[in-house]
Amino acid sequence: MSTINQIEDLTKQEYKWGFVTEVEEDRLAKGLDENTIRAISAKKNEPEFMLEWRLKAFRYWASQEKSQAEPTWANVKYPAIDYQDIVYYSAPKKKPELKSLDEVDPEILRTYEKLGIPLLEQQRLAGVAVDAVFDSVSVATTFKDKLSKLGVIFCSFSEAVQNHPDLVKKYLGTVVPYTDNFFAALNAAVFSDGSFVFVPKGVRCPMELSTYFRINAAETGQFERTLIVAEEGAYVSYLEGCTAPIRDENQLHAAVVELVALDDATIKYSTVQNWYPGDKEGKGGIYNFVTKRGKCAGKNSKISWTQVETGSSITWKYPSCILQGDNSIGEFYSVALTNNRQQADTGTKMIHLGKNTRSTIVSKGISAGYGQNTYRGMVKIQKGATGARNYTQCDSLLIGDKCGAHTFPYIEVKNASSSMEHEASTSKIGEDQIFYLQQRGISKEEAVSMIINGFCKQVFRELPMEFAVEAQKLLGISLEGSVG
Amino acid sequence: MSMLQIKNLRAKIDNNEILKGINLTVNAGEVHSIMGPNGSGKSTLAQVLARRESYEITGGEVLYNGKDLLAMKPEEAACEGVFMAFQYPVEIPGISNAYFLRAAVNAVRKYRGQDELDAMDFLPLVKEKMRLLEMDERFLNRPVNEGFSGGEKKRNEIVQMAVLEPKLALLDETDSGLDIDALKIVAKGVNSMRGKDRAILLVTHYQRLLDHIVPDFVHVLVNGRIAKSGGPELALELEQKGYSWTEPEPAGVR
Repeated sequence: MSTINQIEDLTKQEYKWGFVTEVEEDRLAKGLDENTIRAISAKKNEPEFMLEWRLKAFRYWASQEKSQAEPTWANVKYPAIDYQDIVYYSAPKKKPELKSLDEVDPEILRTYEKLGIPLLEQQRLAGVAVDAVFDSVSVATTFKDKLSKLGVIFCSFSEAVQNHPDLVKKYLGTVVPYTDNFFAALNAAVFSDGSFVFVPKGVRCPMELSTYFRINAAETGQFERTLIVAEEGAYVSYLEGCTAPIRDENQLHAAVVELVALDDATIKYSTVQNWYPGDKEGKGGIYNFVTKRGKCAGKNSKISWTQVETGSSITWKYPSCILQGDNSIGEFYSVALTNNRQQADTGTKMIHLGKNTRSTIVSKGISAGYGQNTYRGMVKIQKGATGARNYTQCDSLLIGDKCGAHTFPYIEVKNASSSMEHEASTSKIGEDQIFYLQQRGISKEEAVSMIINGFCKQVFRELPMEFAVEAQKLLGISLEGSVG
Repeated sequence: MSMLQIKNLRAKIDNNEILKGINLTVNAGEVHSIMGPNGSGKSTLAQVLARRESYEITGGEVLYNGKDLLAMKPEEAACEGVFMAFQYPVEIPGISNAYFLRAAVNAVRKYRGQDELDAMDFLPLVKEKMRLLEMDERFLNRPVNEGFSGGEKKRNEIVQMAVLEPKLALLDETDSGLDIDALKIVAKGVNSMRGKDRAILLVTHYQRLLDHIVPDFVHVLVNGRIAKSGGPELALELEQKGYSWTEPEPAGVR
């Protein structure tokens, strides 16, 4: 049997978590115009400034759409999206205020159980506060009391708009303005909910904050918006993980995440993304067009992105750092896996503005089946960034001979005192590696999983423990069957 | 019953026939040395017995403890007690030696219906074997074979063999790339594993390994067939006369 045949098959696993939960829904009709925006804002009972901001964003987006400015530079292919054929708001029907998880719709709780993330278990075992986003509205938020004693705000974006409008007003759009890009503008106009975190001066958030996103209602584009602010000397670690049920129609997802770190603050943002990738022919699956950016606004601040991307049919995502404060640090650790017909164009931007700013990029791309995996990264060292340093490592692993790995590193240096390092490698999982492990009694699938986990180790070790375990399992599941 | 019975085994790779009818019987407790010039099929024989799938079997049969070895997958053969020390041990970046070895031991134990070993049970076992091979414990936390010198890789193979305690050990040119001190250490490790329940097949070019691991039988492989068999003295004769001396023997003599 040839090496290629041997290494070809690791893909035949059905999406394990595909099921649809029946929950009564409150939804808008398909379509997008100013009335849609007003309706969303009204449903959410938003203050005037939010509606104004949404409308400005919508008008900008509409002008962009008219001039056909939807980005096309990414190395991905998909049919044109009909933005009038999408439902922009859907919420599980409001019940009276929920005081505890017992009051949450049992259907929803069962969904979480199927996902293996029972909220109660998670609270008890892992000490993780969970703000569960089910479709577009948060249904349960926990651990609030403990956090509020420290002054930490962790709530849904909608609640933040109601209860902390000044904070929202102060920081919303300061890192990703609605003019940033096509999808960010769309998100700003129609976003339905998301998470809000505020950690006040000097507070170290005592637990990992976690949100499980889940797209549920058929044909509902989900537009999440997350804003995390860490004041001077604050620390917070935020986990984001997602799965979604099987769908035949492509679902558009255009999220925005904004992080702000003031002097001496640290924000660690970890993602495990496992949305429905489509079937083996590429049918269905989520379009994941995400704008994630953090601003190290203060001196000695640090923002660290860690992502494990195994899902979605198309991923377009560049978690980035603006290193404005002197001595600030930006990090990006990424594992992106594409199998079957999945396409990923992902990477990061590190914009060095302050003196002695440092950035580290470690990107691990894995391609199997007909998957296409692109790393796109930009390191920009501006004039004032004296003594700035960047280290970039970019590794690709190929499984089989029908997939692709592509690397587009952009480097722009305007300060001669800076230093840059770039390392890149492309390798194939070797038949000799697999045979070596098999000869020691390890099955072929376990062997592949072990080799991949070894390849990703630098990234996994940046993840919080329980997330790392989940991520390893996820890679195993995502690649099952692709080595025959 | 013999542990290993190879009957008229033929195998090819990329349409190139390498093994052209091997006959060999190995009993438990015996050490056999397979010698022969480059390209004679020595390593192929070891790899076919370890069930490397890139070789196509074109004829013959192999019985291992009465079972059809050629029907087994590599991991099955391993779990049944066939071990190969690789000529070129492979690097597995990011996976520690300790993790890898425990996964291997537990895969074999699971196959045999035994409980898996946890780290507490496993570490003393592997550390004992590492002392025997004079390997620093620090190697446990290093990625498998990554950055190891040639000699360290070979010793690491024998550590694995000692931990896995195979019934049939295939040593594929374990002596190549070793200096004399490392050779002695490896030989000590292998000799410590000789026993009445275990058979060892040594694939080597050179007599010098056989000074330290004295075989019961020596076979000379030429052009895909065993051209000559004898006792340890045959290796010495080869050392003096070279392989060409065995070659004129016509294939039809078998």
